[in-house]
Amino acid sequence: MRTKTVVRIGALVAAASVVAGLTGCSAQSSGSGSSDAASGTYTFWDPYPQYDASSAWGKLVAQCGTEAGVTVKRTGYDTSDLTNKALLAGQQGKSPDVLLVDNPVVSTLAQSGILTDTATSGLETGDIAENILGAGVIDGKTYGVPIGANTLALYYNPKVLEAAGVDPSSVQDWDSLTAALAKVKAAGKKGITFSGINTEEGSFQFLPWFWGADADLTKLDSAKAEEALDLWKGWIDEGYAPNSVIQNTQTTSWQEFQSGDFAFGENGTWQKDAAKEMGAGVITIPAKDGGAAPVPTGGEFFTIPVQKDDARYATTKKIVECLSSGDNVVKTDNTLNYIAASKDLQQQQLSGNADLKTWVEAVGAARARTGDNLGVKYPVISEQLWTAVQKAESGSASPSDALQAAQQAVDDKLQK
Amino acid sequence: MTTDTTSLRPSAARPRAEDTSSSARSRRAHAQRRAQLTAWAFLAPVALYLVLFYAYPLWKNIELSLKHYTVASFVSGNAPFVGLQNFVDVFSSSTFAPAIWHTAVFVLVSILVQFALGLALAVFFHNHFPLSGLLRALFLVPWLLPLLVSASTWSWMMNSDSGIVNAFLESVGIGQINWLTSPDWSLFAVLVANIWIGIPFNLVIMYSGLQGIPGELYEAASLDGANGWQRFWRITFPLLRPVTAITLLLGFVYTLKVFDIIWIMTKGGPSGSSTTLAIWSYQLGFGSLLPDFSSAATVGNVLIVIALVVGLIYARVQRRLEV
Repeated sequence: MRTKTVVRIGALVAAASVVAGLTGCSAQSSGSGSSDAASGTYTFWDPYPQYDASSAWGKLVAQCGTEAGVTVKRTGYDTSDLTNKALLAGQQGKSPDVLLVDNPVVSTLAQSGILTDTATSGLETGDIAENILGAGVIDGKTYGVPIGANTLALYYNPKVLEAAGVDPSSVQDWDSLTAALAKVKAAGKKGITFSGINTEEGSFQFLPWFWGADADLTKLDSAKAEEALDLWKGWIDEGYAPNSVIQNTQTTSWQEFQSGDFAFGENGTWQKDAAKEMGAGVITIPAKDGGAAPVPTGGEFFTIPVQKDDARYATTKKIVECLSSGDNVVKTDNTLNYIAASKDLQQQQLSGNADLKTWVEAVGAARARTGDNLGVKYPVISEQLWTAVQKAESGSASPSDALQAAQQAVDDKLQK
Repeated sequence: MTTDTTSLRPSAARPRAEDTSSSARSRRAHAQRRAQLTAWAFLAPVALYLVLFYAYPLWKNIELSLKHYTVASFVSGNAPFVGLQNFVDVFSSSTFAPAIWHTAVFVLVSILVQFALGLALAVFFHNHFPLSGLLRALFLVPWLLPLLVSASTWSWMMNSDSGIVNAFLESVGIGQINWLTSPDWSLFAVLVANIWIGIPFNLVIMYSGLQGIPGELYEAASLDGANGWQRFWRITFPLLRPVTAITLLLGFVYTLKVFDIIWIMTKGGPSGSSTTLAIWSYQLGFGSLLPDFSSAATVGNVLIVIALVVGLIYARVQRRLEV
């Protein structure tokens, strides 16, 4: 009798675990997420985990959903995680209805086939500035609209510059900037800090100087590119930039600037409030021979992933347009420290906050990293670019050797 | 199994004995089968768990490395089968040889120094002096801290211009060393941090191993006139062999996978001077904007094979120790 009960219990446990395993598996691969159209729930993924449902952004998203007649379920992910989550969701057939992603990733996701273009979704791009929209244009098709743009500029510490006898408005090109740095060092302070780390942040920070020398991302080993890298290497060798730039992220670089010892710090729109608090000013990054250097655009894009049920696109389009135009987006851009993506909305922002003038100028000269049809070639080029920059910075290769090796590696990888 | 000699006689003399013996045998066989089924029923959850969470992901990883996945084919699922091409590409890549070398140096130096220092500390604490318990608990702190905290603190301490390590070195006249930003020193810097984190683990296990050595052996040895050094090498160390073997194996497998410390401190740089296989695998899969899952899985499989080989060596060593 005892063996019978034991067998019965054992069989029950086995059956229960098999059932649990199977339901677990099937729940994952049901792929029926889009059949929720009837219940009116739309999923929304964005890279702002710092904003919960009670924040201004969370409430705005919910409000745009109600205006479109549906409930919006919003989830915030870490931005570096979002690409993989989007790819996995696409593989399972459970893509969200709206996906807000960092702009250089848009071409990767478009190539994977999980995004709709504006022809399919009906999204209007109207008066969005072309240079900001560029990151979403691949082979003539547009895959999303920007929420806004942020970019880089040169923050300066007026006290340090005054002590060194440098006038910030005299910094017009590379030579005047290097001369200013020399003066600052002679006065016993530190020159400039930036981020030269071997990640996308490093490439992002190097691009204003790269493009400012009129170099092209398709030719990493050109003489112009070498000039840009020589500039950074020269600063490190002369002691105008600290050794720590080799491992600095933009955040640690900003912390160095905040210490008050540095005259200049290359950083982005997102630090403008902190800069105002410490009394720092901002100028556009100078190009080699004068003028504002082209700067890379940061900021996210609203994209509409492919769904099994086409009828959803109409409502999704309404939600995206609600969030990306008019007063809503100006409010959002002010909270996120972005600049709006169209000239009219930029003027609206300026009228509310005159400090944004330098930033609006910088964004006007900005360029998308994946623009000019670089698309998915950009990540390959970027990886080699940051490797070359780090090699030159750390002294393990000369700038020309490093860039030649980089171009060679890019050619090898893109040919495969 | 009983051989009933009485049943050899083909007579109906003892029909009941025959009946009971055959039905008893069938009842016994039935009970045996039931016992086996019960055993399988209890094993089923564990077997299912192992298949779902070990065998399936392992199979998926091997599949990733045998096919050529791009982001497009990852989503659609129809990647072409390329056989060993990914492995050929990985082995012929210019990052492969340095990665293997860095991994070997990192793992071997880490476990040897961690083990030596852990054993030395264990022997030291074995002497039970006042406050030894408290000190031993304090020595556990490096192991208990979250890796993010340890790695960030070490990064801060090893900062070239403003770190306290360089401040100390300058005060004794050695001058500034670019710990994290020089290709010559980056591997050494992450080694130091990893050794600091791994000593408590070795300390704890060797200390408990030392408890297992009977004290009479030491008394007998000192009666025979052995000094401390001889006592250590002729009694302690040989008797600790099984514990040493498991500690080194666990240390090897763990250090082979170390990722957080190197990634936070140097991200494998500058220019790949502290890139190990684990870092390379992550860089390929998640470190750039365009994931290359096939290559990442390939490097991951190389790591698994290395760990497997060492595990097999350990199994053989352990069998010889038990003999």
